[in-house]
Amino acid sequence: MREGSAEGARPRLEARGLACVRGGRVLFRGLGLAVGAGELLLVEGPNGAGKTTLLRVLCGLREPEAGEVRWAGLPLRRAGMVFRASVVYVGHAPGLKDDLTALENLAVAAALGGRAPAIDPREALARVGLGERAHVRAGALSAGQRRRLGLARLLVRPASLWVLDEPLSAVDRAGAGLVADLLRGHLDAGGLAVVTSHAPLGVPGERVRTLRLEGGAVTEGAA
Amino acid sequence: MSAGAAGAFAALVRRDLLLAWRRRGDRLVPLAFFVMVTALFPLGVSPERAVLATLAPGVVWAGAVLATLLGMDTLFRSDLEDGTLEQMLLSPLPAPVLVLAKVLAHWLVTGLPLVLAGPVLAGALHLPAHAQPVLVAGLLLGTPALSLVGAVGASLTVGLRRGGMLLPVLLLPLYVPVLTFGAGAVAAAAAGLPAAGHLYALGAILALAATLAPWAAAAGLRISVA
Repeated sequence: MREGSAEGARPRLEARGLACVRGGRVLFRGLGLAVGAGELLLVEGPNGAGKTTLLRVLCGLREPEAGEVRWAGLPLRRAGMVFRASVVYVGHAPGLKDDLTALENLAVAAALGGRAPAIDPREALARVGLGERAHVRAGALSAGQRRRLGLARLLVRPASLWVLDEPLSAVDRAGAGLVADLLRGHLDAGGLAVVTSHAPLGVPGERVRTLRLEGGAVTEGAA
Repeated sequence: MSAGAAGAFAALVRRDLLLAWRRRGDRLVPLAFFVMVTALFPLGVSPERAVLATLAPGVVWAGAVLATLLGMDTLFRSDLEDGTLEQMLLSPLPAPVLVLAKVLAHWLVTGLPLVLAGPVLAGALHLPAHAQPVLVAGLLLGTPALSLVGAVGASLTVGLRRGGMLLPVLLLPLYVPVLTFGAGAVAAAAAGLPAAGHLYALGAILALAATLAPWAAAAGLRISVA
């Protein structure tokens, strides 16, 4: 509840009646969801079901064809900077410059947060297992290491909502453990998360709710 | 501007300059292009001193405009491809400030070398020495305006696969006022007439571009990223 309490409103992400169309095909319609403090929403579905599109809508990168997303009771458009200060998105694209070192990449990401980093970028790199690789160019890192570097953004940017698109892709078993630790710590501190994943996240089941997208149909249930 | 926005502005300028330095070979292309375009005229039209001196203002300015166009498509493209653009738009800081940082870095890397090379090339085309200060002043006011207006075009075409082909067609008409006032100032100075009016017009264009372009480009980027 770090960010939310600072803004005087409970962090809560809600969506109502969302519809998205891509390439003339309806990905989903009438989609509603709500995520509260300490909860993780796992978005499941086959490839092409619209998981990534939904995540991009939820963090405000894309406008839905219908419906609206609300943060702490305000539509995203009005929540504006308050919302963007509360969200970190780790998407398919790593958000890294290949010609910058791991540390330089993370320092820019921290600066874009607009306030002092939550922890020193060097310490964040050590925590994601890249302490030795701080001065290696991101382009020379392996796919799994690049993934870890992208996840290090979660440590330097204090945010109450994490939106993670396939955080377990390309990471090894230790990396999956790291993601699970990060998520558990975040949820225990009252954070929210919306995650897509094909592999088990290692987060206690009572914290997880599942949203399944399939051929335009939406089903919701406990994990 | 808040401390956070100033910090992010500085971090982005520094990042783009660092990236340009690490890929410095690529960044020389617009400058080399500028030199070659101006060299075409003595070869293609006439090596006569009097002819070249008449052509010099227009040739140097047209060369600067074309060289700016050449690099414009790259302004946001790599950021879009590697996902740093969406991170930029998700920042709580105002997107126009961040766009302005990118344009400033772009101008320092591509515009400033043109300003420095301009008088050398104009001298080679026998532009009278007393017109040189006006050329430099005009380029200093005009090339940032070209970068700013170019950023609006680049923000709209970055999402298109063949945006690089469309961009020059989109931007050239918008570059015409800068070209006419810039070349007009140099021609007036070469003829011994006052050039201040042209320079004021360039200054006005720059002021207008600096206030409007960052907002327009930020809106264009939001559309391109969606």
